[in-house]
Amino acid sequence: MTNELFFITIIGMGVVTYVPRLLPAWFLRGRKLHPFIEAWLKYVPVAVLAALLLPSLLVADGQMNLSWSNLYLWAALPAGFTAWKTRSMFATILVGMAVVAIVRLIL
Amino acid sequence: MINSNFETLSFVKRVLTPALPVVLGYIPVGFAYGVLGVNAGISTLNTILMSIMVFAGSAQLMATGFFAQGLNPFSIIITTFIVNLRHMLMSASLSSHMKEWKKIEVAGFCYELTDETFAVHSLRFSEGDTSALPAMSINFICQFSWVVGTILGVLAGNLISDVKPFALDYALPAMFIALLILQVHHRKHVIVAIIGAVISIILWKFGITQWNVILATVIGATFGAILENTSKNGKQQITEVKHD
Repeated sequence: MTNELFFITIIGMGVVTYVPRLLPAWFLRGRKLHPFIEAWLKYVPVAVLAALLLPSLLVADGQMNLSWSNLYLWAALPAGFTAWKTRSMFATILVGMAVVAIVRLIL
Repeated sequence: MINSNFETLSFVKRVLTPALPVVLGYIPVGFAYGVLGVNAGISTLNTILMSIMVFAGSAQLMATGFFAQGLNPFSIIITTFIVNLRHMLMSASLSSHMKEWKKIEVAGFCYELTDETFAVHSLRFSEGDTSALPAMSINFICQFSWVVGTILGVLAGNLISDVKPFALDYALPAMFIALLILQVHHRKHVIVAIIGAVISIILWKFGITQWNVILATVIGATFGAILENTSKNGKQQITEVKHD
């Protein structure tokens, strides 16, 4: 593919990425929604964060890995415990990264 | 106004603190993307332009692979569309907080709506800090760090990237853990989170690797809304009984 053609591809990628990011906010804001839809939208953050998170912890190199070698998964336990106890994003990230770094250093 | 409480917060607390974990995660991942991009044969300029014009990590990495395989532009664009469609749900769920915003602010903010910036704003907005300027500043800093990471990766070129010694690759997973747990306030949230997570991984296991997040989110949120409706109806019935 030539540079010019790939540049046009990038424009296309940009458009199909931007439109779904923009339209819902553009048309739904300031609109009175049905109570069920309102309740539904309230649960989207928790549902989508969980749906993104679990595969990112379980899948390594295209394979599901539940063994002890999956550091991402086991480091989530101290990190999650820290988030639950401290309610602090920074403490959580520090503990998660520290656990991962230390285990890698030892192994 | 709830917002006035946040006006007194410093720029650092209000903008830099929420943006920092995303920056920590974006620089190494942007770097990795930059290295992969030029190694796949994409020109330096196009590799950087993609970070500016698309700004979507997983889609960009996927496009890099497709470019290397010589896939046609149409397939790359369609796949990008499908992979990024989940942002629709995020945009919809933040929409109620943008009532007072100008159109140009909504347009600018949504341009930089990614999984990570969404995760940050869904917490900030629910806590009441819904003004446009800090939200847009956070997004700008995040995309800026993504582009900087990309440029560094492009410059490093064929030098192999390894961000693992500092565990920087765990910054974003840890951030998602924190932002998920911080938004779990009652048992219905726990149930919705478990449903979303389990359905997402089951679908992935069945090979539905591009729709799993959207489908799991729709099912999880629907479950939450039904739970909320039935518990409300239940309460109404109880009060009706008391009236009798």
